[in-house]
Amino acid sequence: MRDRSLWTWHLAAGLVILVFLGLHMVIMHLEWTIPVSNPAGGEPEDWANVVWRMRSIFFAVTYAVLLGAALYHGFYGLRNVLFELNPGPGLRATINAGLWIVGLGLFGFGAYVALMAPRVAAAMGG
Amino acid sequence: MESRARSNRLGIWGWLGGGRWGYERYLYALHRLTGLGLLLYLLLHVFVTSARIFGPARWAKAMASVSGPLFTAGEFLVFAAFAFHAVNGIRLGLLELGFAVGRPIEPVYPYATSVGRQRPLAIAAMLIAAVLAIWGGYGFLLER
Amino acid sequence: MPEPDVKQVRFRVRRFEPGKDVAPRWEEYAIPAPPGMTVLDGLWKVKELHAPTLAWRSSCRMGICGSCAMLINGRARLACNTQIRELGSDVVAIGPLPNFRIIKDLVPDLFPMFETHRDLSPYLVREDPQEQDDPTGEYWQTPHELERYLQFSYCIKCGCCMAACPTVATDPVYAGPMPLSQAQRYNNDSRDGGFARRREVLAGGRGPWRCHFAGECSRVCPKGVDPAKAIQLMKQDLVFDLLRFRVRRAPAKVVDKPSGTKRPDVPAAPPRTAGR
Repeated sequence: MRDRSLWTWHLAAGLVILVFLGLHMVIMHLEWTIPVSNPAGGEPEDWANVVWRMRSIFFAVTYAVLLGAALYHGFYGLRNVLFELNPGPGLRATINAGLWIVGLGLFGFGAYVALMAPRVAAAMGG
Repeated sequence: MESRARSNRLGIWGWLGGGRWGYERYLYALHRLTGLGLLLYLLLHVFVTSARIFGPARWAKAMASVSGPLFTAGEFLVFAAFAFHAVNGIRLGLLELGFAVGRPIEPVYPYATSVGRQRPLAIAAMLIAAVLAIWGGYGFLLER
Repeated sequence: MPEPDVKQVRFRVRRFEPGKDVAPRWEEYAIPAPPGMTVLDGLWKVKELHAPTLAWRSSCRMGICGSCAMLINGRARLACNTQIRELGSDVVAIGPLPNFRIIKDLVPDLFPMFETHRDLSPYLVREDPQEQDDPTGEYWQTPHELERYLQFSYCIKCGCCMAACPTVATDPVYAGPMPLSQAQRYNNDSRDGGFARRREVLAGGRGPWRCHFAGECSRVCPKGVDPAKAIQLMKQDLVFDLLRFRVRRAPAKVVDKPSGTKRPDVPAAPPRTAGR
């Protein structure tokens, strides 16, 4: 892909992160909304609340979207920093391939955890 | 040795500048630094929170492994970095899509530049980021 | 007549002779500086009094040719455009423009910058090659259309922006502020049809995507060209083009000679500069 497309996606991913990470912060850390977004009471990290979120398809999907956007945005930024250090052509290709492989691997792992969570929560009956 | 002396490229110090450089250059360096920090945090966060899939015992263990004053301080830094990176990112998005730099003008001395034109935006962005970071820090103190 | 207020200033000059020196060295020369003396005048004084072998590049002495850009007290400026008293210091530290190879002393090798400039077709491109080589006439342009690129056309290619850019400091692949702002100067010209040709380079790794708005180029530009503005407007054009938002305009037509109208008391137009 050419740099123009990569950069445009970088901006789009930033916008997605802004919306979903903002939501993530409000749900997990804002004093006023914690009672609403955590029906079991207590802290958002308490297991009962974790299971409640795991059951929800909404959380599964938004976690996967946020993870994908954050990984793309972060790895493109890292690529920028690395490329501006002027690596040779071979190293550039390695960086490109390496970031795609690691990024897709992490996304696969994280998205699997997020999307499998409803089924796991149901199986645990919690 | 000689070729290196001849090249006269500033190298990585040129990213940070120093002394005579402008305000926006420090925002540029800080944006880069906070971005790298947030990426590192993201990777750790993904691994730690994925413990949920293995049940309550593993979850409790994962949560215990990232508790304590050191991690709380670290989390505050992550939040402050996020506040800066997000607000400055909105500013950069507006600028880099050409919406806050103005149209071409007749250059009359003393020159008005797009950097000066966006300066109020940069100052407002930093104030908002500071307020967010302080508010977040207050929340972290309450949690202790 | 009152005595002119002459002050002694010290010029710290970075000397380097390839093939002789292993690394650049600083040398200090004391010279008298009356009010109004420019750094360039000071260098001539140094050459006259202390260092006949000192090398730099200069020509017009009036901020038009762009030859005498150098690093003066930590900032890229034109030596002819900078008065010594304005610097507010008795020590004037002068080095060659950073981010360029040193040819000798204060002479930077600007060739890589000009090669990139050339790669971006910095001239009016017409679709018809015949028209490009041998124009049949002048092109229409309104004052409003002129304003869209005039600011960027004041560039004198001195290289100050390239020396100040943090990306150019490490990355020789990035085209840099001068070539990019000049490409935008032609992209914004209503007479030009070369957007697609320049896009071949600009949409790739040498394009404006390595700019992160540190703003240094615009701050140091001695002509008020504002390369940072040109680069951000270029990103807008390229991204809008990718998303199919960009409004495409046909390049301006050749002016038709008015016929059949007679206006009294209007002096004759000067002879045409193009066409037959």
